[in-house]
Amino acid sequence: MYGLDALELARLQFAFTVSFHIIFPALTIGLASYLAVLEALWIRTRRAAYMAVFNFWKKIFAIVFGMGVVSGIVLSYQFGTNWSVFSDKTGPILGPLMGYEVLTAFFLEAGFLGVMLFGMDRVGRGLHLFATIMVAFGTLLSAFWILAANSWMQTPAGHSVNEVGQFVPEDWLAVIFNPSFPYRLVHMTLAAYLTTAFIVGGIGAWHLLRDGPRNEPARLMFSMAMWMAVVVAPLQIFVGDLHGLNTFEHQPAKIAALEGHFESEAGAPFHIVGLPDMAAEKTRYAVSIPKIGSLLLTHDPNGIVPGLKQWPPEDRPNAPLIFWSFRIMVGLGFLMAGLGLLALWQRYRGRLYTSPLVLRFAVLMAPSGLIAVLAGWITTESGRQPYTVYGLLRTSESVSPIDAPAVGSSLLAFILVYSAVFGAGAFYGLRLMLKRPELFEPDLPRNEPTRAAGITPGPAQEIKGVTLHGH
Amino acid sequence: MAIDLPFIWAGIIAFAVLAYVMLDGFDLGIGILFPSYPARAHRDLMMNSVAPIWDGNETWLVLGGGGLMAAFPLAYAIVMPALYVPLIVMLLALVFRGVAFEFRWKAETDVSRRLWDSSFAWGSIVAAFAQGIALGALVQGIPVKGRAYAGGWWDWLTPFSLLTGLALVAGYALLGATWLILKTDGEVQSKAIRLARLTGLATVLFIGAVSIWTPFLEPLYMARWFDFPQILYTAPVPLLVAASAYALLRGLNEGRELLPFLAAQSLFLLSYIGLGISFYPFIVPPSLSIWAAAAPPESQGFLLVGTMILVPLILAYTGYAYWVFRGKTGIFYR
Repeated sequence: MYGLDALELARLQFAFTVSFHIIFPALTIGLASYLAVLEALWIRTRRAAYMAVFNFWKKIFAIVFGMGVVSGIVLSYQFGTNWSVFSDKTGPILGPLMGYEVLTAFFLEAGFLGVMLFGMDRVGRGLHLFATIMVAFGTLLSAFWILAANSWMQTPAGHSVNEVGQFVPEDWLAVIFNPSFPYRLVHMTLAAYLTTAFIVGGIGAWHLLRDGPRNEPARLMFSMAMWMAVVVAPLQIFVGDLHGLNTFEHQPAKIAALEGHFESEAGAPFHIVGLPDMAAEKTRYAVSIPKIGSLLLTHDPNGIVPGLKQWPPEDRPNAPLIFWSFRIMVGLGFLMAGLGLLALWQRYRGRLYTSPLVLRFAVLMAPSGLIAVLAGWITTESGRQPYTVYGLLRTSESVSPIDAPAVGSSLLAFILVYSAVFGAGAFYGLRLMLKRPELFEPDLPRNEPTRAAGITPGPAQEIKGVTLHGH
Repeated sequence: MAIDLPFIWAGIIAFAVLAYVMLDGFDLGIGILFPSYPARAHRDLMMNSVAPIWDGNETWLVLGGGGLMAAFPLAYAIVMPALYVPLIVMLLALVFRGVAFEFRWKAETDVSRRLWDSSFAWGSIVAAFAQGIALGALVQGIPVKGRAYAGGWWDWLTPFSLLTGLALVAGYALLGATWLILKTDGEVQSKAIRLARLTGLATVLFIGAVSIWTPFLEPLYMARWFDFPQILYTAPVPLLVAASAYALLRGLNEGRELLPFLAAQSLFLLSYIGLGISFYPFIVPPSLSIWAAAAPPESQGFLLVGTMILVPLILAYTGYAYWVFRGKTGIFYR
């Protein structure tokens, strides 16, 4: 199909569905924690704006969470349909990790979500806050198990291989806390927080520009988001550097590819821009700073940095792709920190809510977290190639014995359906975000049933006789 | 190891799949019956009757799939490619149907509401049909070579699997209709009684057809059902099916509200037991047994700990949700 074989189509399909999916958890992890913070602050201060912002983002959280669940179910089956050999070989390791994700986190989230969405006037403030915190904790637990599974594929540990070629667990703690896991967990959690902060900040800025600086909920959103930007973005740059050094230790070929280094050398340069050419084995049009590449990776300007030529061509990841995805991620990270500093300065001058420059910059930066998350995942996943389990199982040996037309037509179906369905979801979500926030933001509309994600009896249903009768 | 972990896990997964079919079955049935209820108020009521519980019901599907990969990775690796098309179609249909619960209430125009109505109805119908086909394809047997699926990507499509596909649509519609009898009153309920008669008759006929056909698919199934002395254990199943069908009919005739739902669920439970009789201990009939497909005990044991703690909690929680929502579903708005 279009000259692509089943392997390439399966990779495309996974890249498409997982990229679509990651957008939703990146938002729900951040939003859930944000909602918990807002509610805690509201209980302590009783400031109406906290509750207004809480109700504003709660509605968006409900939509995003629902889309995250349905796009996630697809993934849990796709391992089997398109990557059956991989599933057979890694199932004894990855199956239980993903099983725990389903059991603990999914049910925790789904369980308390109903209380969080619909239970405000029924269960009491303390218990409601507890439910909100449990939802946030559930999203983090989800991230914990999924990132443990993903990190094991990057830096496998704690396993052996049995007589039929399956990876089997020897030491579960070593499997879960494999070498890259702590870094990836912190890096992704902060990324989710930044993603949310920049969307909240961008939407707050949008309403400040449209409605003027007197809109208190919009001011609150913007102010909190800019505090996050100035604190978390620099922290993320620091954590990202640690994660990079960890990758350098365990997956040096990935680093060589994303830095566009083909030659192993002491005092390697840092290419700011350039175009790695895999065939010619060099980075063209490079604009470089001498010795900085070595300095960043080895903390020694004359340190030795291995180049891609050290690995046979069939073992090299796609350098041009991850060279650029890495730079997009890092560039956005610095822009985020820059906006945070600019906002801090304007705050100091008392012009945070009125400076058109900062507000417009923040609106532009609203999707920056999402783009950075996608770019980062492209970097780490493509950088793992040509392996699914790094160094041990090749991607080409992981794929299902399925004909290319099957994979191709399902890919086409996913593209069409996701575009239509999640396009509609994005439309409804954006419509909610662009509606002016009011200080007395209404709770979720009462004419809707408790539904979607959350089997908890929505206690709101029993209020004022609007719902259940026949008790 | 003294404990037969593969047996325990086969039991857990069988339970998860059964829970899925019995629970999500009736809310898929609501979607299947949507086209029979054109009025908006009726549709609102129908959707509300399952809105608080549907996604908890659907979670059992994730648990079944996830458990299969963890406990029987080889079976997962063989079944998923073999059922490629029906599974992908089912997943996409569930997407359409799942988001309709959310988006239908966000729609501001009649056109877009009708669009999400069709998305809900067709998503439910197609998902049920695809699940039935997948079941039929599994029952008719999956060729295995080495550690992989050895057939083509259209092997699932046979007259038998089409029959099981239709059977499941009819069966889910029956569950949905009897659920509506239980949860609604007035016009919606009286129509549901008529629909339950129709779908009940269809379901019983389909169960009969599938049961007669199945033993001829595999000598193993034939032996299971008709050899002496097993026949002493298997004979009660069809008798109980007949009793359930009679209970359903009586319940409908006498205007009982709970009995038809229980009788319909009993039909599902018995059909499921019948399937189990046919192909236990094979997880991928006719060649792969639960022991051959099992993950090592370290894997099965590790996840078992969490499952033993959390599944009872989930069950208690689900039971509580159903208890809170007992009684008739009201109109939520105005």
